[in-house]
Amino acid sequence: MMNTKRTEKIAFSALLVLTLLVIAPVVMIFAVLLIKGLPAITPEFIFSMPRDGMRAGGIFPAIVGTFYLALGTAVFSIPLGIMAAIYLNEYAAQNWLTRTIEIAIINLAGVPSIVYGLFGLGLFVSLFGVSILAGSLTLAIMTLPTIITATREALNAVPRSFREVSYSLGASRWQTVRNVVLPNAVPGIITGVILGLSRAAGETAPILFTVAAFYLPHLPQSVYDQAMALPYHIYVLSTQVPNVSSKIQYGTILVLVGMVFILNIIASYLRARFRRRKTW
Amino acid sequence: MNKRIEYIIEKAILLSGIASVVFVILIFIFLLKEGLSLFGTENFFSFISGKNWYPISDPPQFGILPLILGSVFVTFGAIVIAVPLGIAVAIYIAEVAPLRFRDILKSGIELLAAIPSVVLGFLGIVTLAPLLKHLFNLPSGLTALAGSTMLAFMALPTIVSIIEDSIVSVPRNYKEGSLALGATHWQTIYRVILPAASSGILAAVMLGIGRVIGETMAVLMITGNAAVMPTSLLQPVRTLTATIAAEMGETVGGSSHYFALFAIGIILFIISFIINLLADWFLHKK
Repeated sequence: MMNTKRTEKIAFSALLVLTLLVIAPVVMIFAVLLIKGLPAITPEFIFSMPRDGMRAGGIFPAIVGTFYLALGTAVFSIPLGIMAAIYLNEYAAQNWLTRTIEIAIINLAGVPSIVYGLFGLGLFVSLFGVSILAGSLTLAIMTLPTIITATREALNAVPRSFREVSYSLGASRWQTVRNVVLPNAVPGIITGVILGLSRAAGETAPILFTVAAFYLPHLPQSVYDQAMALPYHIYVLSTQVPNVSSKIQYGTILVLVGMVFILNIIASYLRARFRRRKTW
Repeated sequence: MNKRIEYIIEKAILLSGIASVVFVILIFIFLLKEGLSLFGTENFFSFISGKNWYPISDPPQFGILPLILGSVFVTFGAIVIAVPLGIAVAIYIAEVAPLRFRDILKSGIELLAAIPSVVLGFLGIVTLAPLLKHLFNLPSGLTALAGSTMLAFMALPTIVSIIEDSIVSVPRNYKEGSLALGATHWQTIYRVILPAASSGILAAVMLGIGRVIGETMAVLMITGNAAVMPTSLLQPVRTLTATIAAEMGETVGGSSHYFALFAIGIILFIISFIINLLADWFLHKK
């Protein structure tokens, strides 16, 4: 008996050590990025153009480019994703079509990001050229599964009885979705959308051949222009340009990780608040 | 009038639902359209089994076996590291950790999932590669092992969250029955809970493989990019994904090099399709 208790103690300690082995590097990564990146963050760094072959100056065009791409991704993926989730959760019957759609979503979520890049190159670039539009469309399709899944969960969490009451008052299915189900699912939907967009903002592979410009010292003028983007800029600074100061490298990374991190915090805050407030 | 609007909206909703299917089909069609053009001039079998990837020599050679093996080596290493670690972390979070600590750990794992892969690639270059170089006395730390280690780390959030879900969804009475028979908590975990969660663990392994084999940027940056037949994890390798990312920018649209990279895309697409179907099957198996 003593022995099994001791085995348990050893096993649990081992589990704790292994868990810390995974968590500690995460904490260290954020600490290192803050310590090494923070000194680089000045108004000049954020708001000016790169100079000296990107070894000096700022990263403004990359920040703007990433912002435009996130915006473009949002424009295409949010309406489509939410409507697809409404279809699956509120309209679809249990049949082969629904099952096919579900399998398609699972596979969209699993397609390697570089394959999205190839697809974007084959379809959107041949239509619109290497452009913000082509990049946004590529990222939007990649983000779709995240938004659909999160929205579906949020819709599914709205109790059946809400719908039944709405129907019994004579509302149609769409009226019920619009006036009863959607308003109650909004926080969950927003959380999913933010997580999806923050992931899109950090992606490099899908934008490599569809939008990203190596060096473009001015801001894009239209959706048909190429743009710099933070993730690609980080790739360029760390592998393509020799002798970039580590201050600029870490500064650029901190800006991207900071953006993604803040979006994630907002998302988990909303999720937590939503869970607490839910009284049904 | 209202009925009409409603009709239009509902049709739009139906179309949005079907859109995902259309996108999957479109992706496959566009990969096939460009990729299959390669096999007008190249033999499919020599493409798959050729040992030489010299896409810009004259005449070019498009043998992707070194790239396939590069992906296999990196993925194998990553899974060997990530699965035991993932199981351990998931058990600790789901069964052992005190409630408050559990939330902190879960946020830590979520945070890891949020770090863009290009950032982990950079950190791999500046920290992991020098460490491995020193540890194994190598000419360069940019090796398959560097890729495996970093990818294990990147696959962990997926693996942990799926295993944790499947542990939590093991019926309570299994656990209570075992404890009531006098088993310790630990005995209950590895004798009752883990076997009951096994299909979730298999799904996690599949999705982990999918995540690793499809990863591009970190692998491109830290595996050393040598398209040669790998023989050990301590060698530089080049994966399927990294090859596309590294070379597409230099190809001319419509050249056989361009088609060959799309053909690699077809292979990646099919692999991820199979892996995700398997994972889904494990997840929904009763």
